[in-house]
Amino acid sequence: MGASFSAREISIPEAEQFGGVATRFARARRRSRFRLKKPGVLPGFGISLGFTVTYLSLIVFLPLSAILLKTATLHWAQFLETVASSRVMASYRLTFGASFVGASIDALFGFVIAWVLARYQFPGKRIADALVDLPFALPTAVAGIALTSLYAPNGWIGRYLHPLGIDVVFTRIGVVLALTFIGLPFVVRSVQPVIEDLGRDVEEVSASLGANAWQTFARVIFPAVLPALLTGFTLAFARALGEYGSVIFISGNMPMHTEITSLLIVSKLEQFDYAGATAIASVMLVSSFGLLLVINGLQARTRKFEDKQ
Amino acid sequence: MTTSQIPNAKRVRESAIARWLLILIALLFLTAFLVLPLASVLVEAFAKGWQTYLDSIRDPDALSAIRLTLLASGIAVSLNLLFGLSAAWAVSRFSFKGKNLLISLIDLPLAVSPVVSGLIFVLLFGLHGWFGKWLDSHNISILFAVPGIVLATLFVTFPFVARELIPFMQAQGTGEEEAALVLGASAWRIFLFVTLPNIRWSLLYGVILCSARAMGEFGAVSVVSGHIRGATNTLPLQVEILYNEYNFAAAFSVASLLSLIAVVTLSAKKIIEGKAGIQKGRA
Repeated sequence: MGASFSAREISIPEAEQFGGVATRFARARRRSRFRLKKPGVLPGFGISLGFTVTYLSLIVFLPLSAILLKTATLHWAQFLETVASSRVMASYRLTFGASFVGASIDALFGFVIAWVLARYQFPGKRIADALVDLPFALPTAVAGIALTSLYAPNGWIGRYLHPLGIDVVFTRIGVVLALTFIGLPFVVRSVQPVIEDLGRDVEEVSASLGANAWQTFARVIFPAVLPALLTGFTLAFARALGEYGSVIFISGNMPMHTEITSLLIVSKLEQFDYAGATAIASVMLVSSFGLLLVINGLQARTRKFEDKQ
Repeated sequence: MTTSQIPNAKRVRESAIARWLLILIALLFLTAFLVLPLASVLVEAFAKGWQTYLDSIRDPDALSAIRLTLLASGIAVSLNLLFGLSAAWAVSRFSFKGKNLLISLIDLPLAVSPVVSGLIFVLLFGLHGWFGKWLDSHNISILFAVPGIVLATLFVTFPFVARELIPFMQAQGTGEEEAALVLGASAWRIFLFVTLPNIRWSLLYGVILCSARAMGEFGAVSVVSGHIRGATNTLPLQVEILYNEYNFAAAFSVASLLSLIAVVTLSAKKIIEGKAGIQKGRA
């Protein structure tokens, strides 16, 4: 907390000079625009809002309410027995644990990648920047079989790891690997714009006050980037929790060992155990909605910081 | 005060060694995690030569998977495009109560994991589901049939166009449309000649993202498809089946088509970003 304090102190003179006027101006503009918009002079309000709400209800609310109502019909004892059975608990531990480790690796390397892309010039930068989004664009099943073939004992990377006694495919390392893959762009794309917006002048002020490069990083840059980094971490973590396609090929799906929760839901469904599948799904749904709230909070904090700048 | 006037200016910037070390780490990580997987798909696809590659893609099951994938994503993208336009128009051109709630609700499907997205349609349309009995008695099949796949794809790709358009149109403001209105243009004319040209790049990018996700969706579609060969298998499901049969060359050949879609998406993003200065950080 002390660190974030010093960052704010440095930007105060700036804020007083420009921020005060700018904020007042923006606030006044927002107020006037609001008044102008209130009647809504443009045509099409009724039809566009009507279609939006109807479509949203049909495609999103109706299906989602099915799972809530189905969960409500489960008996409490039966629900608990399903969601707390040892095989399901083992899958939570793996899913949450591997997602956490994967998102942490993403946070570390994603920060470095975002920093390099935002600050330095080097050959191939445009391609590197475009490639970061690959996990968004590549279908998860393709990612799954590609990673499996790379890290199999005879694969391009696996053949060097295997003699060292590191097996990736059909182990928990493989699960972490797949979840790291799919989470990377969330961290890079959250952090990169913040680093780009961070003026060099703040660092110069910090240096002129006698800080060395490390102190400037630890006490000025890092606190400013932290909310965005946490947002990226949480987005990557949330995405990893529900991931299915890229994991099932590399994990081997051994019950109690490398079986993720999404796969358990699918196998319950394949046995026509709808109640069991719904019970586990509702636990996952509650966790992801909880994370959504956390993400919204973090993003609000990031915006607050940006407004201050 | 410029950098050169600060006594310890050197301390501000990282040393060259640190800089190149960071670049090296970033590039190594990107290579190991992104470049090599993409390259391995292509190498494995052509491992047994062009002939095998072409045969795997011309296989009747693969062709039917291509057709189904195009059909399902075509329907899903058109409907979600219509929704995206209408939601963005309502949200960015008018002010009403509950607007922020509406914007948050549009993102809801992104928080639902793929498998759970499929599960909700099983609960609705499965034999023991809400509408299961009725559908069965009227001989309509949704689950384990094409309509189920379309619905699951619709749900999963629901927010993509709207998410691109809403911030873009909000930033643009209503000035130009109001001017057109004052000059006497009809609603349709305003939309066609003022709004559409302004939002075209952002709209195109939303459509590309939506299509890529629609064609590549695996978890949700896998739950509702029933995996009937030649009938309810999309391309990603076809990849899974071939892979699980140890038919690796064929699996990677089909996968290479999907990778191509991914590469096209990434290139399109770069080009459109250059054209419209679309903000980074959202995808």
